[in-house]
Amino acid sequence: MDTEIFNMAGMDIAWCPGCGNFPILKILKQALAELTIEPTNLVMVSGIGQAAKIPHYLKANVFNGLHGRALPPATAIKATNPALTVIAESGDGDMYGEGGNHFIHTIRRNPNITNIVHNNMVYGLTKGQASPTSQTGFKTPVQVGGVFLEPFNPLAVAIALDASFVARAFSGDAEQTKEIIKKAIEHKGYALVDIFQPCVTFNKLNTFEWFKKNTYYLDDSHDPSNRNEAFTKATENEPFPLGIFYINPDKRTFEENIGIYKENQKPLYEREPDIGKLKSLIETFTITE
Amino acid sequence: MRKDLSIVLCGQAGQGIQTVEYLLTRIFKLAGYNVFATKEYMSRVRGGINSTEIRVSSGPVCAYINRIDILIPLNKGAVGHVEKRISPQTIILAEKETIAEDFDQTRHKFIDVPFTKKATEIGNKIYSNVVAVGTVTGLFGIELQTVSEYVKKFFSSKADDVVQKNLAAVKEGFNLGLGLADSSKIKFDINDDADIKDQILVNGAEAVALGAIAGGCNFISSYPMSPSTGVLIFLAKQAKDFGIIAEQAEDEIAAINMAIGAWYAGARAMVTTSGGGFALMTEGLSLAGILESPIVIHLAQRPGPATGLPTRTEQADLELALYAGHGEFPRILLAPGKIQDGFYLTRKAFDLAEKYQIPVFILTDQYFVDSYYNTACPDLSDVSIEKHIVQTDADYKRYKLTDDGISPRGIPGYGKGLVAVDSDEHDEAGHITEDLGLRVEMVDKRLKKLELLKDESIPPELVGSEDYKNLIVCWGSTYNIVREAVKNLGRDDTAFLHFKQVYPLPGQTSDYLKKARRIIIVENNATSQFAKLIKLHTGIEISDRILKYDGLSFYVEELAEKLNDLLK
Repeated sequence: MDTEIFNMAGMDIAWCPGCGNFPILKILKQALAELTIEPTNLVMVSGIGQAAKIPHYLKANVFNGLHGRALPPATAIKATNPALTVIAESGDGDMYGEGGNHFIHTIRRNPNITNIVHNNMVYGLTKGQASPTSQTGFKTPVQVGGVFLEPFNPLAVAIALDASFVARAFSGDAEQTKEIIKKAIEHKGYALVDIFQPCVTFNKLNTFEWFKKNTYYLDDSHDPSNRNEAFTKATENEPFPLGIFYINPDKRTFEENIGIYKENQKPLYEREPDIGKLKSLIETFTITE
Repeated sequence: MRKDLSIVLCGQAGQGIQTVEYLLTRIFKLAGYNVFATKEYMSRVRGGINSTEIRVSSGPVCAYINRIDILIPLNKGAVGHVEKRISPQTIILAEKETIAEDFDQTRHKFIDVPFTKKATEIGNKIYSNVVAVGTVTGLFGIELQTVSEYVKKFFSSKADDVVQKNLAAVKEGFNLGLGLADSSKIKFDINDDADIKDQILVNGAEAVALGAIAGGCNFISSYPMSPSTGVLIFLAKQAKDFGIIAEQAEDEIAAINMAIGAWYAGARAMVTTSGGGFALMTEGLSLAGILESPIVIHLAQRPGPATGLPTRTEQADLELALYAGHGEFPRILLAPGKIQDGFYLTRKAFDLAEKYQIPVFILTDQYFVDSYYNTACPDLSDVSIEKHIVQTDADYKRYKLTDDGISPRGIPGYGKGLVAVDSDEHDEAGHITEDLGLRVEMVDKRLKKLELLKDESIPPELVGSEDYKNLIVCWGSTYNIVREAVKNLGRDDTAFLHFKQVYPLPGQTSDYLKKARRIIIVENNATSQFAKLIKLHTGIEISDRILKYDGLSFYVEELAEKLNDLLK
């Protein structure tokens, strides 16, 4: 499939020149094209923030909801029509801050969706405050003396919750990131891809060069089925490991667990209420025996 | 002699008062009696005191009264809990040792009934509640076999020993009841009613949930909160049979966002919650507003602010539901009065939500969801559900500007088009825009639907003479209470007007109100929220207000008395 199929004509893109979101958009389109996912069968779900605008910049069905709230509708969309490919994509503030509770419980629910998080360690749209992943000491107009909160570790949290697929990528590495995203989409179950990206306007600390210098790829010796090892790797920093940390291929998905597709694969919109059954149910309330 | 008996059973939480209510209401229905039950309970799992009021009658009986004809206190302190409602005519059936110092036995009609003693003889005092069930059924002369079979069925999942002991308990109690009937100490003249055989006995929560299934509901996501949880539990239990996704969300924010996501992908979704939970949903409500997403919200009210009185009732979230959510967008507020309304309005809510692509509320309260009575089986002959989903073309635009403001609603994966929805202001294709001219067009488009809703509104129900001089106005759960109170007044110059759609205010409202010489409004809140809404939309001020906000619904007698005082 040609990546051009995902191109949107005439969009006024709201990202700064040099923003890490641009390569992520390009990589995502390539990954989708290589997996031959039709735009009509793809639903991009996002919240609010600069990264959360990404669904508007590629051809797909779009659910651009509320700040922090991408994961609940993404879960419901997949459950309502499991034939759709559902990607929930937003920034670190959206997914880990405002949406932190949904992040935790979506992992527990394990819907078969892909969760891509643009992690630039800063708030862009609100102009430069700390994000949950900002490193300690990072100075902002609000955190004037520097961040003193422990940075949120999304990978360690996800592995602790036995998320079924956990990976980290870097927007500067197109080929590796594309392969990780492809594997995440193909994975059956919830898949987290945290993507390091520079914010060229508001984060002068964690720059492209900084990420280059402070990351390395997990090599073949890393066993992604080993949860303890994955957790240990997730707690490493400076340098931060990149790659697929953890996969649990045996987890049942939310759509499997809810049970309504066992005997009937039809999505909900093709179904009608069973009035005969309803009649029988109501009759039980006549209490005649 | 009494044609209608009010029996109140009282005990500690955990003492099985709910079991008593469940068994007695069903056994009465089974035996062909008209029955009503409502409970009041404390917000705790053990201890405290709970009570249930069960009315049994020869004719239909559907409302809460103050009068207690027979009081059965099952533990110490229970009498004090309902003391204000005890009259010289109240017969107290209790065990002398259990409640010895609770009241002056010489001043009350007291009959010593050894509930606990019999239960202890059987093996454990926990059976005393089932002894009481037996006593009441014996008093009414219901066939013991009927009673025993139902009790056996109720406990069928328990160990055989437990079943046998409960059967022994019900039999012992039954014989005590027969003895009471023979002693002529308790007199009443209540007959069974052949008309009720095909009727159903459901509470408000069950009516709402059954209406949801009839409305094609196939997705419910909610967070448990009294008194709204009954609907979630009911649908979860039916999920397998009816293909419903019933998910307990991590919070109410997730619940409503899931439901909106489900509608987007083609489900018919609802949430059930109470005031505090709904407060968390208001951001999501606003999302439904701009996405033009259908959503059905069952809001079972309880007294606030904040945690308030978690297990009690109130009608104080009308304004919350009406004004919740930032920005301006249309909505519909329905408020069932009769149990049947719970069914029909909830069913209709799904069609309205889908047709107009707006939020539709079902406003109930603890009194409504927890009250039972026998009522006609809902009519299922016309349950074709209205689906308004279109198959999309390649150039599909989710927010196409149309004359009436309604854009054909497509869903992802059905057709050649793409479906984009956005919480930002958006263009016709659903993409983010800051074109301020388009902004105005989109606001106007959304609000245009309000005009359409006016033609579709459910008219208020006038009960009583068309030539009324006095008009009593009420809404939601108080329907049957007002009905019985107005009937008790016996005035042919007084009618009542019940609103089951409170917003948009039905077009007929002004005409009804203008015809009255005097209007009195009855509301279960402190600030007469519905009167304010009426004033806003009709200019008519209703200054005679009967308000109650102690956490209980109105008693028929107190309401009749207050109406009488005002109408003197």
